[in-house]
Formats: sequence, structure tokens, C-alpha cells
Amino acid sequence: MAEVNLRKVVKRYDDVEAVRGIDLDIADHEFIVLVGPSGCGKSTTLRMIAGLEDITDGDIMIGGDVVNDVPPKDRDIAMVFQNYALYPHMTVAENMSFGLRLKHYPKAEIKARVTEAARLLDITDLIDRKPKQLSGGQRQRVAMGRAIVRNPKVFLFDEPLSNLDAKLRVQMRIEIKKVHLKVRTTTVYVTHDQVEAMTLADRVVVMNKGRIEQIGAPNELYHNPATRFVAGFIGSPAMNFLPCRLEEVGGRLHVRLSDRIVFPLPPGRAARYQSVKRDDKLLLGLRPEHITEANSHAEPGVEAFDAVLDVTEPMGMETLIYFTLEGSQVCGRVNPNAGARDGGALRLAVDLNNMHLLNEVTGAVI
Amino acid sequence: MSTLAIDKAGPRRNVKYGSMSRDRIWALRWSYFFLSLFAIIALLPPIYMLITSLKSSAEISAATNPWWVYHPTLSNYIELLTSNQFLRFFWNSAMISVFVVAVTMLISVPAAFALARMKFWGSATLATGVFLTYLIPDSLLFIPLFKMFVMFGDWTGIQLINRWYVLLFIYPTLTVPFCTWIMIGYFASIPKELDEAAIIDGASWFQTLTRIFIPVALPGLIAATIFAFTVSWAQFLYPLVFTTSNDQLVLPVGIITTLIKGDVFNWGQIMTGALLGAAPPLIIYAFLMDYYIAGLTAGATKG
Repeated sequence: MAEVNLRKVVKRYDDVEAVRGIDLDIADHEFIVLVGPSGCGKSTTLRMIAGLEDITDGDIMIGGDVVNDVPPKDRDIAMVFQNYALYPHMTVAENMSFGLRLKHYPKAEIKARVTEAARLLDITDLIDRKPKQLSGGQRQRVAMGRAIVRNPKVFLFDEPLSNLDAKLRVQMRIEIKKVHLKVRTTTVYVTHDQVEAMTLADRVVVMNKGRIEQIGAPNELYHNPATRFVAGFIGSPAMNFLPCRLEEVGGRLHVRLSDRIVFPLPPGRAARYQSVKRDDKLLLGLRPEHITEANSHAEPGVEAFDAVLDVTEPMGMETLIYFTLEGSQVCGRVNPNAGARDGGALRLAVDLNNMHLLNEVTGAVI
Repeated sequence: MSTLAIDKAGPRRNVKYGSMSRDRIWALRWSYFFLSLFAIIALLPPIYMLITSLKSSAEISAATNPWWVYHPTLSNYIELLTSNQFLRFFWNSAMISVFVVAVTMLISVPAAFALARMKFWGSATLATGVFLTYLIPDSLLFIPLFKMFVMFGDWTGIQLINRWYVLLFIYPTLTVPFCTWIMIGYFASIPKELDEAAIIDGASWFQTLTRIFIPVALPGLIAATIFAFTVSWAQFLYPLVFTTSNDQLVLPVGIITTLIKGDVFNWGQIMTGALLGAAPPLIIYAFLMDYYIAGLTAGATKG
């Protein structure tokens, strides 16, 4: 168990900078998820922590010690790979105990640790099988077991669920969380799936183009994104962005989407945006759940408007609606009984109490 | 409902079932035709060798049907197997082949591992270079090699020409490049994560090779072993050039030099010797065939 610290870590391949100086402090016992689109440098960062990639510049510390030049085997880490990387010629037990056998642990202790890990992961019956005879989910468990028996300072997961089908992925996600709650080892987990990131992490690190966009607890990222990238990346369906301007009408701050559509801002928001220049190019950020069917009684900050729907997606507990507003496609979530149908008109309401205002040029959330 | 009734009473379409299987039958017939053809071409020489080996010299030179044995005899076999000279050839061949296989594996497996996995400066060029050396034919190499060993003898006083063990230095020039090449391909097909997992588990490069790569690549290793054995067992030109005394000869050269005296060909014993000489590779093939094929087709399909 240990904390992990990254100080201005850079990875450069020839001319390409894959990781551009990131700082990250991971506390003991913490479950950190690095998330971002492919090529954002998240896997490279993980592999640098593992020692599988040299770092070009900066420092990586595990348990307070700089490990820049420490080989992987001496970093006391364990890693779970996307394709499991089980040794095909060894049984489950041999796979799990390989690291311990290399370090010449006493046989009794190896057996005890393997038994304990197998029990924890519910693979006791499979202990004598070869990887070929296991399903994807079982292989993933063995890969985790191999990490657990080592009792390392840090667990590293490199997209461990990407090779599983959707249903199994959800199940294994819960398993991973359960295991972490039991063993409490510091964990760094890489995924491109924002749902995985949200559900597993104590804190999520959103990466983009080799830089950290934002670090925060899942709900913090969801409700208070710092940049347009984070706002658009976290949440599914993604946040809507609508070009807009601020203007003062009758002493009250309004957000104007078009010649026809202008909404007054609720007082709380208006105060926050008072200093924004009136002629800045802005984006109104609205999550789909804040665009719903209009209620009969108006609530403060909720503004109604009419829309003609392009398509609807009934999801059961809700219906996703898509319509075009001033050239941008907008997604909303309405009650399945709201009467939304493909091509039909519907009176909708936007909840401006939960709006975000972004600077279109810098991408920063105001 | 009425439309359904009309559909049911509609004209029946004449469905041709089994057209696929008819194609398949023809494909099979052609396959068997060509397989039989190739089997005949491949098996006729050894069958002829077997027939001839069972004949006496008198019967071989007699003007009878060459494809039939009228007076079968094992005299050729008895003579060869009781001849110390022939057993000496056999022993030389066996020893050289076993040693060459061992030397080849000891060099080419670590070399292939290094070239496939330990990315160092120039490793890709070196890997291609290894294969290119294999493309130089032995008929081009034997004179410079002979010259080299003569000069080595002149300088050091260690005489290697006309000693069977000189072949232990020479055969690997044929076997090592090819076996290294096979093993590079085989090692390269092992997922990168496997050695990364091993490294994180605390294995050194050497342990990764011996405990992960060699067991996982065993079929390829066996294919390379069989290749190295066959090449050394069947090698003719180098032993012909480098060894001359009867007690230093290997089987193929021994048969030719001792059983052909001037223009007298002892056909019965030549055929017997060749058949007996072909036996060890045949036995090895039979036992390791499955592995050999798995090794040759490795990487042809995914998973």
C-alpha cells in the first residue's frame, strides 16, 4: 500500500509528445481512474508508472521513493492487462503463484495466498484449469488474482474490461469495486469508457492530448466540469452545446440562442455571469436531463419552448428526444408518457438552474 | 387471412437441395486425385529402394521385372548392420546431428528472443541479416570455409580438416540462421503483454525466456529442432569436402565413397544404406509430426 505521485511527467516518442508534463497525487488506498479518448496518453502514463516505458522527463514516486530508474519487478506493483496476459501453459494456480515462486516464497505461504485470492474472486473450482478452458470473465478474475496474491503497493489496470461483452463488463465492474473495497490497495485504472470511470473511481482523471483536463470525484466532474472537453466527455448522452450570447433586457441578464429564442437567467446564475463580456462568443451547456417536457406549473429558472422532434429513442424508463435548434442537434430526456414521437411537436422546458456557460474560444467553463 | 390462404396454395418452387454438397463432392474427388498422384510420385522412389534392397546383386543385374522380388534376401541388411564401417558412419552422423541440434538451439533460441523482444539499436536490421546469410548456398561457401580451416590449422597447429568434429562448426552456418528466423517469427507471435506480465511478476529476461517463451513456443522449437536435425543428417557437400578418412565419414558420404568402387555400384547395399539412413528422421517426424505442423502453420491464423 502506498501513495503514487507524478511530477511533471513527460513521455516523448521521437517527435511526438504522448504525455506532456502531468502532475498527479494519488493517495494511499485510493482508486484512481484515468479516462480519455484513445491516444490521450492514459495508457502511456500507466505504463510509465509500471516501469514498462521509460519516462522522458519528470519524476514518478511510489511510496515516496522516486522510481524513475527502478525496474518494474522492484517497484512492487501488479498489473492487469486488457487481454489478460495469462501464461497459457500454466494452470490458474501456477499463473497466480508465478511471481511468488520467482521470489522463492515458502510453499505453504504461496498456497495460502493463492487459496485466499481464489476464494475472494470465487474461482476456487477453476484452480487446476488452463487459461484455454476459461471464459473471458474467468480469465479476467485469474488476472486479478495474479495481481492480488502479490499483495503489491499498487494495482495497475489497463482497460481490463474492454475485451468482455457488455453484460459481463457491468458484472466485472462491480466485482472489481468489491475487491477494492476488501483489499484497499492503491489502484490506477485506465479506461476509455466514462461509465466505468464514473462507477469505479474515487477520483477520475480526465486526460486529453497528453494533458490532464480535470481531476475530481465522479459527481464533481459531472456537475462542475472545468472545460468543454470534460463537459462533453463525461455523461451519456453527452452534454448539448448551443452557441449563444449574453444580453441585458430590462435590467435582467438573458441568454440569447437565436433571434427567436431568448431565456432570462435565474438570479443565481445571473450573478455568476455578470462579469462576462456581452459580445463574447459563448456556448450554453445543457445536459439532456435538463431538457424535459414542459410542466403545467412554471418553476423558477425553468423556461418552456416549442420544438419539433427529429427522432425519439424510447429507453423504457425515459425517452431520449433529438431535435434541431438553430442548426445544432440537441438531445433531451422526457417522460415516456410525455407523448414524444418521431417528427412530432412537443413543448419542452430547459432547466437553466443547471446550465453551464462556456467560452467558445478557450473552451473553459465560466 | 385470405392472403395467407392464397400464399399457401401458390405454385411450388422447385428447390434444389444439396447443390452445395455436390460441389463439395467434386472438390473432394479432385483433391483425392491429386493427392494420389503426389503420393505415387513421392513414394515410388522409396518403394523402389525397398524392392532393390531385398534383392541379391545377381538378381539386380538380371534382366527380370525390376518391380518384383523373385528371391527376397536380407543379406544386404545383414552385411551392412554387421559391418563396423557402416555402423561407424551411422554413429558419426548421429553424434554430429545431435550435437549440431544442441549447438543450434543454444544459439538460435536466445538469439531469436533477443531479436524479437529486446528492442536494441539495429535489431531489425540484424534480424533481416540473419535470414540473408541463410540465402547464401553452401556450394558457394565450402571453398572459402575450407580455406579458412586450412589457414586456422597453419596458424594454430590445430588440425580440423578431416576430423568429424569440424562439421560441428560448419553445420550451424546452415541451421542457425534458419532456426533463428523460425523462432523470431514464433516469438513475435507471442503477445507483448505476456512478457510484460512476466517482467512485472519479477522475472528476469532469462527467466522470461526459459519459463514463459520456451514453453509457449514449444511447437516452434520442435519444428526448428526437426529442421536442424534433418539438415545435419542429410548434409552431403560439406562432409564430402571436409572429411576424407573412412573413420571420419558421415552416412551419406560413407555410402557413396565405400559402396561405389570405381564404376562398380553395389546397388543392393546402397539402397539398403539409404533406407536405413532415412529411418531416424522418419521416426522423429512420425513422433513429432503434430508439433511440426503446428509450428509451420503458426501465425497463419489468429488464435
